Parts: sequence; structure tokens; C-alpha cells
Amino acid sequence: MSEEKWRRVDGRAWNELRPIKIESGVLPNADGSAYIEMGRNKIIVAVYGPREMHPKHLAKPDMAVLRCRYHMSPFSTHPRRSPGPSRRDTEIGMVMRYALEPAIFLERFPRASIDVYAEVLQADGGTRCASITAAAVALVDAGIPMRDLVAACAAGKIEGHIILDLNDHEDKYGEADVPVAYMPRLNKVTLLQMDGVLSPDELRRCIELAIEGCQHIYELQREALKRKYEEVVEEVKEGE
Amino acid sequence: MSAYFENRAIVVPGDILYEGRIRAGNNTYRMGGRVYATHVGLVEYGRGVVSVIALEAGYMPMVGDIVIGYVVDIDVGQWIVDINAPMNAILKVPDAMEVPFTPELVMTEFLDIGDTIVAKVVDLDRRRTPILSILGGELGKVDEGLIVEMTPSKVPRLIGKKGSMVSMILKETGCRLVIGENGRILIQCADREDEELIVSIIRKIEREAHTTGLTNRVHEYIMRMRGVKNE
Repeated sequence: MSEEKWRRVDGRAWNELRPIKIESGVLPNADGSAYIEMGRNKIIVAVYGPREMHPKHLAKPDMAVLRCRYHMSPFSTHPRRSPGPSRRDTEIGMVMRYALEPAIFLERFPRASIDVYAEVLQADGGTRCASITAAAVALVDAGIPMRDLVAACAAGKIEGHIILDLNDHEDKYGEADVPVAYMPRLNKVTLLQMDGVLSPDELRRCIELAIEGCQHIYELQREALKRKYEEVVEEVKEGE
Repeated sequence: MSAYFENRAIVVPGDILYEGRIRAGNNTYRMGGRVYATHVGLVEYGRGVVSVIALEAGYMPMVGDIVIGYVVDIDVGQWIVDINAPMNAILKVPDAMEVPFTPELVMTEFLDIGDTIVAKVVDLDRRRTPILSILGGELGKVDEGLIVEMTPSKVPRLIGKKGSMVSMILKETGCRLVIGENGRILIQCADREDEELIVSIIRKIEREAHTTGLTNRVHEYIMRMRGVKNE
């Protein structure tokens, strides 16, 4: 089959992202929050802090500690998933922390903690990337000083084709999955994982493709952050 | 040497604000000859300085700030106070009362856990922990009123240029307001309806902080709400 005619299970082209919707400031009780829909993924992220660190012995004297909790709701998958934190949840929490840490001015808040809670309401592959994308927006919404936003997106390989933004089916039955988190303005990769088998050349193409996807997601993050304020400006103009 | 945005445009962290020789002001950082934003906010190009007026930012204590805090713990000779900052503040006995500290002193009789105080940040110690004082007029324990919280970076909008906004609100409603720089505002009114009106005014200011002509709009808003009430 030729490259043009080949379509993925959900009808997307090889370099096409799923439809993405991002909203900031959705939880009034949190210091900052964001909601993301990436295809059929639905994730809500809350940020608290910088605040006093508890337990105190975990605090660092020269910088803030970033703590990320990734959790999938029991109803987020089919069949139902056990509600407690799993090994996978713990690992993705850690991975989110590694991806977000370079973007935050942690050294400005010694002995404090910044807590990020990502709750997956509905999962369809690529939740770690969507969580990181939403967490970056939530951190900005919390008023935490940041060097740059962090956008995240996966690329991979299925049936010999390099593709962007794998869904659950492609992730499970494909040949490889490469999640990438990326700071677009600083041009730095903050997360790179690989699951599956790729040749060095294929890996390079996956990373390049994922970064292209991240740049697109970055524009959506910016829009989401600005929308909250631009709506008010227009409302005020109409009132006059 | 060039600016990348119009004055007062909305920027997000990581946006390049300026390239070349310029001072990096509030909520910005410099790297490799460029100035970047660290917060969402409105960019301001001043004389030889570029800064961002943050629309979302936490409270960082500074000496001289008036803050509203809650007592969360008691140590020997000091109260630990939550002031909505990255670290808890400390109120020592000599900064709270005229009597000297003795082992016989029952601290909970003066201030107990859960009490609310209006305090002044008088010092930051070598760990940058804020030291509070409640000695002086206007300061001390709060016994009545309503406390609302707003984004600390928007408090200057509630005060207005040379206090224009807050003095207008006080004149129109006849209430007493204590504005904590940490984003907590104490409202004391004669009746409940006025308190609710002020809460809605604060919410309006918080929502529309980045727009122009806010004082006039808030004045109109008070007139409108008052008109509804009097009918």
C-alpha cells in the first residue's frame, strides 16, 4: 500500500494529532488547575503550592520539592481498574516530575513543596503525555514561575509506519512507542522514553515527529492560558 | 535589539520579550541575551526595563507588608502563623504583647490555634522566615468580619492608583476594609448585604484586573447594585 492511502485505525494520517481541547483554571479550590481532552483521553490536573512541606524531613534546604501524583480513576478504563495506586501510577508520577522539574524555578522556594495531582478520568493511550501537557498549564495557572511551558506527545511505529500520537489500540498492538516532553521556546527535551524495538534511524525520526507534535500542542497551551483573560476583555468591550 | 510584543499584551512563561541590552524586571528572567517571561501576565516595556505584571502569582512576604494570617501552631514563646506564603510565619511573644515572656504565661489565653490576626511583616530571618508583629494601631486579633481571598498579585488593582479604588469603595459602602498584601481581605460592614456586595466587587476586580477603566466600571456596578437594592 502506498504511503498516501495508508490510514490508521481511527482514520488519521500518519502525522496527525488527535483533536485536543485544553482549559485552564477549572478548579476554584486549587491554586492552579487545567483540564485536557486529547482524543478520548480526559484528564484533570490540580496544582497546590508552593507551600510548607509535610513531612518536613523531606524538604530540601536549597529548593522546593516537586511532587507529582498520577492516578487513573477506576472507571477510566474497560474493564474497571483497581482504584489504588499501582506500580505504573507511581512510575508515571515520577516521570511527570522529571519532565516538569527543568521548567520550574524550584530554587526560589527553599523548603517548600509544589504538589501536582493528575487524575485520569478516561484513558485512551498517551495519558502520561496529556498529563504533562495539562500539568504545565496548571502550574502556570497556579502562578508558579516557569522558564517555559512543557508540551508532551508520543510518536511510534505500527505496521512499519512511523506515526504521531498513538492511541490505546496503536500503543498495545504497535511495534514501538516513544513519549517525548519538550520545552518549545528553550528547545529542550525533558522526557524521552521508548517501549518496543526501533532502529537508530527510526528512533531519530520518531523524536523529530514527536517534537513537531509538541510544537503544535504548545500553541494550544498558549491559547488555553490566554483565552481565560481575552474572554473577559471582550465581555468588557461589549458592555461599553 | 527589539521588542517582540506590543505593550500590555498577554504573555505566557517562556515568551521572548526582548532581545538585547535591557534590564529584566519583575516576573522575567534573562538567558543568552534574551529576556523571557516567567508568569502569565501583561508585558510592560518601560525605560530600559522590561517586566511582566503577573495575572497569577503567589504571595512572597516582604518587610513592611500588612498580612492577614491564621494561627496554626504554638511553640515555646512563639505562634506559627499561616500567611498564604510558601513558608509559615512566626509571631514571637514580645511582638504580640507588652508583657514579657515567662514560663507562667498561658499563650493560648492571648492567641489560640485557629485565631485570625492582622499583622505586619517586620523582618525576614536568615532562613527568610517572615517575623510578624501585631503591636500598633489596626493590628491585632480579629474578632468579627468576613475574610475573602483573592490572587495576591491582583491586590494592587483593589487598592488602585494612590488608593483610588479602595477609597471609592469605602465611600460608597461605608464599610471597613483591611487589605492584606497576601491576598486576604477583611470586610467589616454594618449589615450583611453590604458585605456580600463587597465580596462581589472583589470577585469582579479579580476577574477584570487586566482591563482598563476598572474603577469607573466598579463605580457603575455599585450604583447598579445599590439601585436594585433600594427599589
